[in-house]
Amino acid sequence: MNLAADISIAWPEIFVAVTAMLLLIFGVFQGNQSARLISWLTVGVMFIAAVLVLSSHSGRTVAFNDLFVVDAFANFAKVLLLLGAALTLILAMPFNAREGIPQFEFPVLVLFAVLGMMMMVSANDLISLYLGIELQSLSLYVLAAIRRDALRSAEAGLKYFVLGALSSGILLYGMSLVYGFAGSTGFDNLAAVFAAGDHDGAPIGVIVGLVFIIAGLAFKVSAVPFHMWTPDVYEGAPTPITAFFAVAPKIAAMALFVRVMLEPFGDLFEQWQQVIWFISLASMTLGAFAAINQTNIKRLMAYSSIGHMGFVLVGLAAGNETGAQGVLLYLTVYLFMNVGTFACILAMRRQGRMVEDIDQLAGLSRTSPKMALALAIFMFSMAGIPPLAGFFGKYYVFLAAIQAELYTLAVVGLLASVVSAFYYLRIVKLMYFDEPLDAFDQPVGKEISTIVIGTSAVTALFILVLWPVLGSAAIAAATLFAV
Amino acid sequence: MESFPVLSLTTFLPLVGVLFILIVRGDEETVARNARGAALWTSIGTFFVSIFLWINFDTSTADFQFVEKHEWIPAFNISYHLGVDGISMFFVLLSTALTPLCVLASWKAIKTRVREYMIAFLILETMMIGTFAALDFLLFYIFFEGVLIPMFIIIGVWGGERRVYSAFKFFLFTLAGSVLLLAAILVLHFQAGTTDIPTLLAFQVPAEMQLWIWLAFFASFAVKLPMWPVHTWLPDAHVEAPTAGSVILAGVLLKMGGYGFLRFSLPMLPLASDQFTPLIYTLSVIAIIYTSLVALAQEDMKKLIAYSSVAHMGFVTIGIFTATQQGIQGGIFQMLSHGVISAALFLCVGVVYDRIHSREISRYGGLVERMPKYALVFMVFMLGSVGLPGTSGFIGEFMVLIGAFQDNTWVALLATTGIILGAAYMLYLYRRVIFGKLEKADLKNILDLEPREIAIFTPLLVLVLWMGLWPQPFLDVMDVSVSNLLQNYQTALNAADAITVVGR
Repeated sequence: MNLAADISIAWPEIFVAVTAMLLLIFGVFQGNQSARLISWLTVGVMFIAAVLVLSSHSGRTVAFNDLFVVDAFANFAKVLLLLGAALTLILAMPFNAREGIPQFEFPVLVLFAVLGMMMMVSANDLISLYLGIELQSLSLYVLAAIRRDALRSAEAGLKYFVLGALSSGILLYGMSLVYGFAGSTGFDNLAAVFAAGDHDGAPIGVIVGLVFIIAGLAFKVSAVPFHMWTPDVYEGAPTPITAFFAVAPKIAAMALFVRVMLEPFGDLFEQWQQVIWFISLASMTLGAFAAINQTNIKRLMAYSSIGHMGFVLVGLAAGNETGAQGVLLYLTVYLFMNVGTFACILAMRRQGRMVEDIDQLAGLSRTSPKMALALAIFMFSMAGIPPLAGFFGKYYVFLAAIQAELYTLAVVGLLASVVSAFYYLRIVKLMYFDEPLDAFDQPVGKEISTIVIGTSAVTALFILVLWPVLGSAAIAAATLFAV
Repeated sequence: MESFPVLSLTTFLPLVGVLFILIVRGDEETVARNARGAALWTSIGTFFVSIFLWINFDTSTADFQFVEKHEWIPAFNISYHLGVDGISMFFVLLSTALTPLCVLASWKAIKTRVREYMIAFLILETMMIGTFAALDFLLFYIFFEGVLIPMFIIIGVWGGERRVYSAFKFFLFTLAGSVLLLAAILVLHFQAGTTDIPTLLAFQVPAEMQLWIWLAFFASFAVKLPMWPVHTWLPDAHVEAPTAGSVILAGVLLKMGGYGFLRFSLPMLPLASDQFTPLIYTLSVIAIIYTSLVALAQEDMKKLIAYSSVAHMGFVTIGIFTATQQGIQGGIFQMLSHGVISAALFLCVGVVYDRIHSREISRYGGLVERMPKYALVFMVFMLGSVGLPGTSGFIGEFMVLIGAFQDNTWVALLATTGIILGAAYMLYLYRRVIFGKLEKADLKNILDLEPREIAIFTPLLVLVLWMGLWPQPFLDVMDVSVSNLLQNYQTALNAADAITVVGR
């Protein structure tokens, strides 16, 4: 492989990297008043990157000495995370201008985080995986604490940093164990080693290393029992940052999780399936029960996302093609539901101040019926009620679980979704059944209303676009099993 | 049969009304007026389209008719597949017939947020029709569950004092049952490789799986029907729901459970159904006797009728699981008859509730003096509920009992006591509300039925008497489909017996 061919394969990433640096330089010279311009430019960059990703040819190609892989799975995940990042960045702009986050570094950091994520989903080696994760995480640590004069934001950033560094350490330790016992860090080599090896006699060091890797990745997707940071960080970080945290990094980390488990460690399926089974079950259950008593909507969304990650992991625990397909479908649905919900949360302002108490939503259907309708759609969808989008995500992950004969997991998961329906319904109840409080500030702004309308339309009418999405998810999932 | 898509039109026509209501602009009064009108005319239009189904229905075949099939998710063999047979056709009609009456019944009772109310009702209608017309299990589930959203809103927003509690109880009870149904659908999807209902009806589910799938179906349909002991959501939901909400709940939503047993449990899982028949009998008999006794003690009119619904649904489950021609036809007929009668009874309660704003039985008495027309209407429906010969209630209960006698005389005997108890609580209710002295001051100038209310009751009155005096047109439609179902059921059972004999 020559360099030119390699570069042409990694073209979207290189484009993002170069423009991110150019924007940084531009910002340094122009100062904070250019933040808005840079934000829009960043959105444009993401859009172009998404087009570049889509226009790359779909077969599986590797580059840079097998460190980097481009396939339909990576492309699907990249489009999702670029879309998620762009939408949340658009949501952040009016917020930043209003709430005094003038730093031009904000969009640049988001762009660097996105670059890290693209690297993650395209990693074909434990080392490039680690590089991607760290680039992403370091940007996110700074973003969580970007409001450095606010106590809660700084606390969130610090907490995230300490725990994130710990998890990265665990991940790295697991990787070194795997390298020591299997003799390689490349995914293709690892897969070959495990495929050739004796199935029930994988070296104990590899198993221990694998468990450490799972622990590290479970932290990134905030699955139980590595979820403790999520509610605090979600609550402490500025709301648009929380929206960003809830969407793009989760999608990237989950896609990475699926690839790592199914490609290099695919032949150790029996070893890791029970671990994933447990964290999936625990996440769904905890996400359902712990959210019931929350009064802060951002904390509620944190537990909700823990629960959603549990549902996504059901697809991974199944370990089959339908499962991988279900994971991608679920992530797509999750993207729209979450961006939309956070857009609504961003519109919760009264006399110019953000309110985050769930009770403040009381009677919203009287004061702003359209927003209430949209939020109700998101809530019913998250609860998994057909015909809304969330139902189809659940259907396919559980179908995969049934195919893999994981009956207990499927039934417990479905019952957990009933419990979680309770707190989603509570929000609908507040908005529709209770007497109204004062109205939220109007107008909510062009950016927010456009995104709320768009995402709620997708969520409500997902039934119409189900087949195209599912079809491309099928192609993407198939590439993981083609090797 | 790629002809005009009548069923799709029936199913989605109400959504056109929704769109129209959504685009109406103006002050609250204009919006409310337009919403009412649009909802009424759309639902009447839908009803006329659905009449077309009955006129063109071919009673000589057990096949699905008016079939529409389009690819939806080909990779998973899921399609958009609609069709009706003799079992489901009348339920579609019941849904389309009750909706305009509900809209009319809410004409004055609903004063706030009329636009949202009418939208919820029209969406509800689409979901109900879709449930009965779907021939794809996933599609069925989507409609079946989709019903929860508008109903939750209807109970919670326009309900009585404890509406929040009732709405949550309704939603969570039903959802908990339904997710198990979903698990069963997933298993069937995986086993048979498709969710197409006609294919699944021909598919033989492995005997050891039938047990579990049957129990999962049971969890969902028993809650929906509802059967004792999971009926407790029903009295709460009924009491708190607005009149029209109760009408739809009792008239159509409960029937989804019975329809589910009939369409899925019995034909798809014959071995398990046969095995679990004693369980169904026991629960149904308990439901009939216990809830009748509970109804006798009620002080709230709506609660009394709600408990009577549970008892009447007990007849339906007995009829279905007798697996005899009379029993099943009686079960379906009982569902239709109950759909009309209980809807009418809730409307009757609604009439006085609109005037006095109380459902307490003791608040009334002697209404016959001021409201003779109302007393007459109430009497016919009350007697229908009791099962007096000449009303539709009699035909349904009688056929169920004939079926039950063929299968198990004890069940028939115990179920018959339910009819006696039914007469007791209904007559007692009627005596306390209608007869006696007109003593309460505010009842002295209560007004009799107005033309709008007469317009609501007339079609129901005609139906009750028609179904009671000349049930043949209704039974004809079901006949072939039911006997076909039974034939397959017996074949499956005999085949399984043969296998066990050989196995020995």
